[in-house]
Amino acid sequence: MLKIAEKEFTSRLFTGTGKFNSSQLMEEALIASGSELVTVALRRVNMHNAEDDILLHLKHPSINLLPNTSGVRTAKEAVFAAQLAREALETNWIKLEIHPDPKYLMPDPIETLLATEELAKLGFVILPYIHADPVLCKRLENAGASAVMPLGSPIGSNKGLKTIDFLEIIIEQSNIPVIVDAGIGSPSDAAKAMEIGADAVLVNTAIAVAGTPVQMAIAFKLAVEAGRMAYHARLAKQGNHAIASSPLTAFLDE
Amino acid sequence: MNSYKNLFESYSWDDVKESIYSKTKNDVENALNTSRRTLEDFKALISPAATTYLEPMAQLSQKLTQKRFGKTIQLYIPLYLSNECTNICTYCGFSLDNKVRRKTLTEEEILQEVKVIKSLGYDHVLLVTGEANQTVHVEYFKKVLNLIRPYFAQVSMEVQPLDTEEYIELIPLGLTSVLIYQETYHKEDYKKHHPKGKKSNFNYRLETPDRLGQAGIHKMGLGVLIGLEDWRTDSFFTALHLNYLEKKYWQTRYSLSFPRLRPFSGGLEPKVEMNDKELVQLICAYRLFNEEVEISLSTRESEKFRNHCVQIGITSISAGSKTNPGGYAVEPESLEQFEISDERSPEMIAAMIRSNGYEPVWKDWDKVIC
Repeated sequence: MLKIAEKEFTSRLFTGTGKFNSSQLMEEALIASGSELVTVALRRVNMHNAEDDILLHLKHPSINLLPNTSGVRTAKEAVFAAQLAREALETNWIKLEIHPDPKYLMPDPIETLLATEELAKLGFVILPYIHADPVLCKRLENAGASAVMPLGSPIGSNKGLKTIDFLEIIIEQSNIPVIVDAGIGSPSDAAKAMEIGADAVLVNTAIAVAGTPVQMAIAFKLAVEAGRMAYHARLAKQGNHAIASSPLTAFLDE
Repeated sequence: MNSYKNLFESYSWDDVKESIYSKTKNDVENALNTSRRTLEDFKALISPAATTYLEPMAQLSQKLTQKRFGKTIQLYIPLYLSNECTNICTYCGFSLDNKVRRKTLTEEEILQEVKVIKSLGYDHVLLVTGEANQTVHVEYFKKVLNLIRPYFAQVSMEVQPLDTEEYIELIPLGLTSVLIYQETYHKEDYKKHHPKGKKSNFNYRLETPDRLGQAGIHKMGLGVLIGLEDWRTDSFFTALHLNYLEKKYWQTRYSLSFPRLRPFSGGLEPKVEMNDKELVQLICAYRLFNEEVEISLSTRESEKFRNHCVQIGITSISAGSKTNPGGYAVEPESLEQFEISDERSPEMIAAMIRSNGYEPVWKDWDKVIC
């Protein structure tokens, strides 16, 4: 079972709350996905309003909130936002997103590391969103992150696992869970990420903007389960065709 | 200062115009079939040759907009603080030579207006003034930002251009976004439409986005007033400006708006008409050119037009707007800057957005992000 900071998860599909055409549909899709960890942008919710439409639709026994800091540009702003989220939403979990580049929303590795160091001192469970950078992942692990969330491709791009070679290195080296975040455009992408050994994936746009989000949520749920099962069953190696003759080593049998 | 002016001056209005009008169907098809579009592609997409490709452009625009922004439309409302103005602008109801009673809201009056705006459900507000540097100056803006910040998640401003240092003073007080429209990039025509006042300085206005970028603003809005000059050429220079700014001030978000000249008492007739088809063409062309830029549509546009545009590329919309200072509560009957066209209430607009299959978003920012 997946464990992050002592918390166990049955589902390895994490989801987001943006881009849905209504809060009602969002709730239905998230429930259908079986997701137990759902990220929500602080900027979209009214943290001090108990009647906030998004938050009301996320009140469900199986759903744990993962507030994110989307919109901040520096470590200082991120730490401030995380503290407010902890107070208002009563969770010390934070998805650390620092993207000073509002066009491609590329995460800032330097500010993210600084914020992780600071938030760890303050007792947060930190899940940083970052590039698929193996060295950065190790640095974040040492700084106190509870998991790392490398991107598959630019956020919202639906381009799939463009960073797969680096994700494989990260997965091989990591002592904390690796959650592939951003860019997963289809259930097959999610299955692929799970097959190479990711601990979980986070999907938002591909579900929210699908023609039928509820069905797509179920498709992702199944794909993540299938991918994980394939990982455990150990995939047969992709082989070349059998070699008929052995011109280099035949002499050994002569 | 190394600014957009240097790049801008390396282009000739007439050459650009000729280049746009000579684009062929072949150019349009190439622009449609590529994924990373250049300024040349943008020219093709706004050219007369593209007018027969509106449906494929709109379909692509919808897809790209949904991918980036989801099925959501943001709502904002203008709050006119003052109609005092020392500029003469040939197209504006607040022009110095227009005989209207001038008014700048006091703190108490602003709070009355805020109360009404909040009761409509708004969390994003756009502050608007004319240009009267003796009374409506940076100290006034500081006072207003401090006053209203507790009530709104996001505060934007559409006021006279300011100096970099002034923007630096205002941003920490909760100023998230500044809209600064060039009106037209045709320098000679600009002078004709702005004969008197500080606004007659074309270059100072042209370099305002650079000053905002240097000040580190979160978001800025660009655009021209459509109707003053050839809209295609003006739109090219807007796209060029956007491209330049995105590369230089990469931490800032950008938005676009395309106000079409609206009637006001004794006002200017548009020199160049832009019809609805052409406005759709322009919206789609911008979306195909830039997948990340925000696009807003004001109450200047008609009900029918706005109902349909929700699905083809815009990302934010205003509703229930009053364009006179005090229009919501203090002096609802005073003269407006321009006549709005879509007079539906915010509630009705939200329902219209929902019936299009989109979620109306009232809040997408927070005071904690500054």
